[in-house]
Amino acid sequence: MAQAIEKPTAIVIGASAGALGALSVILPELPAGFALPVLIVVHVPPDRNNLMAELLQAKCQIRVCEGEDKDSIRPGVVYLAPPDYHLQVEPSLDISLSNDEAVLFSRPSIDVLFETAADAYGDGLIGVVLTGGNNDGARGLRAIIDAGGRGLVQRPDTAFTTAMPAAALQACPEAEVLSLEEIAAYLKKAGAR
Amino acid sequence: MTVEVPAAKTDDIEIRLLLEAVFRKYHYDFRNYSSASIKRRLAQARDHFGCASFSQLQDKVLHDGAVLRELLAFLTVQVSEMFRDPAYFKAIREKVVPHLRTYPSLKIWVAGCSSGEEVYSLAILLREEGLEEKAMIYATDINPEALEKAEAGIYGIDRIPQFTQNHRLSGGKSSLSDYYTAAYGGASFDKSLRSRVLFSDHSLVTDAVFGEMHLVSCRNVLIYFDRELQDRAIGLFRDSLGRKGFLGLGSKESLRFSKHSDAFADFSRDDRIYQKLGA
Repeated sequence: MAQAIEKPTAIVIGASAGALGALSVILPELPAGFALPVLIVVHVPPDRNNLMAELLQAKCQIRVCEGEDKDSIRPGVVYLAPPDYHLQVEPSLDISLSNDEAVLFSRPSIDVLFETAADAYGDGLIGVVLTGGNNDGARGLRAIIDAGGRGLVQRPDTAFTTAMPAAALQACPEAEVLSLEEIAAYLKKAGAR
Repeated sequence: MTVEVPAAKTDDIEIRLLLEAVFRKYHYDFRNYSSASIKRRLAQARDHFGCASFSQLQDKVLHDGAVLRELLAFLTVQVSEMFRDPAYFKAIREKVVPHLRTYPSLKIWVAGCSSGEEVYSLAILLREEGLEEKAMIYATDINPEALEKAEAGIYGIDRIPQFTQNHRLSGGKSSLSDYYTAAYGGASFDKSLRSRVLFSDHSLVTDAVFGEMHLVSCRNVLIYFDRELQDRAIGLFRDSLGRKGFLGLGSKESLRFSKHSDAFADFSRDDRIYQKLGA
């Protein structure tokens, strides 16, 4: 089992192709009284009506919602990036959304969430890169580890699409390489009350 | 004995000083913009100018007004689309326009118009609905370069398919190609669309109320402000709108956290269109 982080303050997760399946393994393991906030970027098309939050909420005890601009980030809540906006963490630990250009063709961008969260949370942050078909998240995970946080990467051979976890590992050789079930157990323990 | 006080990060100190410098020297006030976005944008500017730190960028901008102009582009420019978020324009057309028809003359304010895509969208919509003749559109931004682009009304031809699709999805009653001519890789929008538009320099941060508006459209601008500044801007909109006037925001913006939310009612909730309550 991977080594636990000392005083975790928040979790950020990035996923692309195969995201719904991967998150459906992890998020249902988190209890309603989970002690940490969870912020997630999934690459989704820019349609206004996105069902990801509803689909995941139906499977979870923990509350799942779309992040709203200037909302205070609360423990025990999963915040998903809304389609067509970057999801960011302010130093005040509020959410902010941005309409800035796509990064690596992605808006929302995993790197933008991870870099702003690394800046705000520092060494208490756990970053998780899951299945996906490009290299978004690699740079962001690097920023998290450089700020003293912890990096978890889905074992590429267990991922629906391997490029994203592989790129994250290349940028962050010190990240823990885990299966989805192991990631779920790690996060559950990190946020146990 | 030394006391360990967690130090503010060096780059955060530098950013605060840089924004203070820009404000004191040039009166552009970004001090209450939301930090995460401004930091990313300033980092891009720092790299663009080949500066090793935000302090170096501060030195440069303080001593060279030309640098300010470029810096403003990094801090303010928003790339939008015509009829972006077509459902919003459909709601304006189907739900707000019937109210607008009842007025003898119309004043519309596009706040933070950037390079003008939304201004032309509204001008086309008003023409299609036969309201253009009695309307005046005030298009404002703080960035003089963006205003020049908006006034020129020339957009990359590669963007036209997206604009055309948005226009159609918004319930457009004509063909978008009626409104532009293609030349030199650009689509130049018909000058007549600007005959009822007044472009001007206005800051939501430091300037005052604007006319008696019937509709204020300010989309994806407030997300760049902190809560305090959002309240200032929404207060301006409230005071600029006449009784029963409409306020349209971006699809992820709301009055939920605003101290002025009592002054408005939801008009079309999913489209983030509000109506000012009658006094």
